Amino acid sequence: MLSQLEGSRAVAAAVACCRPQVVCAYPITPQTHIVEGIGAMVKSRQLKHCRFINVESEFAAMSVAIGASATGARAYTATASQGLLFMIEAVYNAAGLGLPVVMTLANRAIGAPINIWNDHSDAMAVRDSGWVMLFAEDNQTAADLHVQAFRLAEEMSLPVMVCVDGYVLTHATERVDVPTQEQVDAFLPPYKPRQVLDPADPVSIGAMVGPEAFTEVRYLAHAKQLQALERIDEVAREFAEGFGRHSGGLVSTYRVEDAEVVVIALGSVLGTIKDATDELRDQGARVGVVGITSFRPFPLDALHEAIGDARKVVVVERAFSAGFGGVLSTDVGLAISDAKARLSTVVAGLGGRAVTEAGLISVVEDALADRLEVLRFLDLDKDVVDRELARMAGTRRSGPSAENVLRDLGTVASRAL
Amino acid sequence: MTAGAVDADATTAGPRGRPELFQVRFHGRGGQGVVTAAELLSVAAFLQGRFAQAFPSFGSERAGAPVVAFCRISAGEIRTHAPVAEPDAVVVQDATLLHQVDLFNGLGPEGYLLVNTTHSFDEMGLGGLVDRLHEERLVTVPATDLALKHFGRPVPNVVLLGGLAALCGVVSLDSVVAAVHDRFTGAVADGNAAAATEAYRLVSAKAKTANEEVAARA
Repeated sequence: MLSQLEGSRAVAAAVACCRPQVVCAYPITPQTHIVEGIGAMVKSRQLKHCRFINVESEFAAMSVAIGASATGARAYTATASQGLLFMIEAVYNAAGLGLPVVMTLANRAIGAPINIWNDHSDAMAVRDSGWVMLFAEDNQTAADLHVQAFRLAEEMSLPVMVCVDGYVLTHATERVDVPTQEQVDAFLPPYKPRQVLDPADPVSIGAMVGPEAFTEVRYLAHAKQLQALERIDEVAREFAEGFGRHSGGLVSTYRVEDAEVVVIALGSVLGTIKDATDELRDQGARVGVVGITSFRPFPLDALHEAIGDARKVVVVERAFSAGFGGVLSTDVGLAISDAKARLSTVVAGLGGRAVTEAGLISVVEDALADRLEVLRFLDLDKDVVDRELARMAGTRRSGPSAENVLRDLGTVASRAL
Repeated sequence: MTAGAVDADATTAGPRGRPELFQVRFHGRGGQGVVTAAELLSVAAFLQGRFAQAFPSFGSERAGAPVVAFCRISAGEIRTHAPVAEPDAVVVQDATLLHQVDLFNGLGPEGYLLVNTTHSFDEMGLGGLVDRLHEERLVTVPATDLALKHFGRPVPNVVLLGGLAALCGVVSLDSVVAAVHDRFTGAVADGNAAAATEAYRLVSAKAKTANEEVAARA
């Protein structure tokens, strides 16, 4: 049903249509509205046969989800930022055990310095946890990906994380065609667990595995990710047949035919990149966009095809690896087989800094003119950085850098704009 | 909220064939329903078959702290998720922000400005704005007084949406009233709808007078 509603509410409605049987909730901004919305539906009996469990921490949220999933229940939770870090041991366990938990990650920066705003540092911190990781470009995709996530997770016996940009999507009120119960019921069959804790047919789950078999058990996790790589586009096609719209898939492309520059990104910044691309195309620049929906498994072949003959590849990243540079770019680099294509990393939108159309246009113009560095921090105030470096060089007890930088800027209260 | 009939003007195209955007920035303080105002404007536009996007400026919410929210309205899909840098209209829910926050940043010469106050622009020290913007696009409305009169609470957000509908016509009063009834019920909905309607009439009358004065001088 076509509705105008907040992203969090759209996700809550889509998850509820998937008939989760256990929802574990621990509040952390910016995901809180999602579990609040589901909680309200459980209380009003709109969502039946669902246990809504208020847990004492994020570690408990994932642990309870693991327990519920192991007994054959469809389990869901949501978190963000420090909450994801606090549950990280259990995050790895859910994947290692092959339990199809679905989790929304309302992407938010990781401290210190503490920051409640949007970037992808949290998702990148669990890149290697073994979860399937899907990124939503807008709230329609966010809602639809959750429906596909349960289907994929349960088919593969793998947990799936749906990454939705915190605030930028979770708190944005937009037009969303909310999946209906009938559509979801036709698309998502009841969960048939591959393994289940059942007193009538006892098994143990979670054996200790020594060197004699650890590599093989871990390789099986990789093999399942490779199977997911095959299934993600198929599931998106089946979704399109049932719901009448395309959502999901491994990658999406926009105006890439004949493109000299291809800009690659994850999540909500893609919309702004597409607007910038239209502007640049009007000026005659040959620019295209590739959105990566499936970050894990990573779609090397699909990406290679999407990049095509582009001579310049610009990866716009909402996170970075200190001491190295881009995270996503490293993966994208493997999809560029032609050594003549130049890869640049643009780190942008950290901790809620706005990524503007003008900023993106300047990046592409610089790429076209061969002025774009291998690594650029978009809109970095180098003077502020240099002044703090000078303070550090000038005196041993220069004090905490975050406080020094805020004082330098004359910031009274934190502002996201 | 479910979509109603699609507007006849849904094919409006901007420069280079892309649908034209109308962007509104709301300023107020925590507790005045700034974010709700942006959301309800987006619902009103949606009910007219438009695409709309509303979002807050994502600060730490505290009662009384300055709050900013945005709404984009278009005949076509809205893809950008960047903040609104150059609003077509600015709505000021709390005039005490005037000399604390850069309320008019990015507001171009064709922009609209609606301020909740019982004072004139001259009295607020904003006479200079009259020279920078079209006089008939600057309007004050005593939205807090209207809110107190109609529903007994000093919450001016919905009242100002009625004023905005009259000032720039980006949505109709009917759509604003429908959006209000979608969000609220009972006396709160009725009171807000009545106050928004009165604000609509007040601003329509002011805009008409200003237009006639401008025409007479021309």
